Amino acid sequence: MNTLAILRCLLWRDIQLVLRRRSDVVATLFFFMVAVSLFPLGVGAEPALLQAIGPGVLWVAALLSALLSLGRLFAADFADGTLEQLLLSPVGLSLAVAVKILAHWLVSGLPLVLLAPLLGLQFNLPADVLWVLALSLLLGTPLLSLIGAIGAALTLGVRGAGVLVAVLVLPLYIPVLIFGAGAVAASASGMNPEGALSLLAALLVVGLVFAPYAAASALRVALE
Amino acid sequence: MLEAISLGCRRGERKLFSELSLSLNSGQLLHVQGTNGSGKTSLLRILAGLSRQDAGKIFWNNADIHTMYDEYASSLLYLGHQPAVKDDLTVTENLLVSAQIGGVNPTSDALKSAIEIVGLSRQANLPARALSQGQRRRLALARLWLGHKPLWILDEPFTALDVEATTLLEARLDAHLAIGGMVVLTTHQSPSITESYLCVLRLEP
Repeated sequence: MNTLAILRCLLWRDIQLVLRRRSDVVATLFFFMVAVSLFPLGVGAEPALLQAIGPGVLWVAALLSALLSLGRLFAADFADGTLEQLLLSPVGLSLAVAVKILAHWLVSGLPLVLLAPLLGLQFNLPADVLWVLALSLLLGTPLLSLIGAIGAALTLGVRGAGVLVAVLVLPLYIPVLIFGAGAVAASASGMNPEGALSLLAALLVVGLVFAPYAAASALRVALE
Repeated sequence: MLEAISLGCRRGERKLFSELSLSLNSGQLLHVQGTNGSGKTSLLRILAGLSRQDAGKIFWNNADIHTMYDEYASSLLYLGHQPAVKDDLTVTENLLVSAQIGGVNPTSDALKSAIEIVGLSRQANLPARALSQGQRRRLALARLWLGHKPLWILDEPFTALDVEATTLLEARLDAHLAIGGMVVLTTHQSPSITESYLCVLRLEP
């Protein structure tokens, strides 16, 4: 059986597992929506102020909801022995982890990309800025999944993993936040967002190359 | 041929075993015995390449397994303590996925007959959360009827099985050994396997 077919089966499995237990994903998305919506209610409906804080608020909320969903990434597979089988799979653990990260992004990152422009309306962001917001999240949310996977793998089987993963991963999210929110803010103030978006894309390429490998190495240690 | 030379393993300060050598030829079953905590599971995980030994080397067809791990892994079927069964997938889906992760692509007929052999046909389309402990074991073991991997490493495969399933598994092991397969397993029972296939390794604390 070829590698591609095994990877497709893995992707199908991970997405099926999430679809059959939808409450987890829906709760994360709901968190994203509510967290973002709290700000206009809290700081008042001053259009200029909302426009200024909008990009940052949306990005921070995306960061936190990505963090919430990291626990799902490896914990269940670790507990029931599936990770051992993945380690023994002829495709190799790094590729298997890459597919798991892809599945994670499809169910918890992609919906954020689609929802964010809608939520951006609450902050009085104009249409062209909403486009930049969606684009920055499209480049940034895969990075959140990739970096998060390293943190999730490192804290696997550790007591208090939830808090530890936040402590580990949030500092690593800072560059993503700076360039992501930076691109949107630049576009909102009439500047060219291309620079920040290119840097985000560059980070994504680096992440795609190294994160699955790093996460797989951490998983090997956890499985010892 | 699986060969291990002067393996050593320690957990923290405690030495589980050292200078352990073994070799397993085709058509042989190695029954690893020992009291609880004597290092049976550790040995099996080391042989499967899941854990690293503290000393010694393991060879598969005269090559170190860690230098050709992907190739070794594709000739190996390992079943550990955890059955790797997903509650939210159906019995058929579970078997299909676990076979495919192992690199075996069964036809739907092969899947059906494997499920029938282990006696789960009535539950075939039920989610695995409806299964009992013994039925989960049967589901995990159903992989043994799919594909032809030469080396099986089975950690306590007889746990939670009833008499009928035990006989079934023994027959399957016998058939696998008869066509030149190799098996390493741990169990506290004495499985009735044809005498000439059987080797015993006793781990003393």
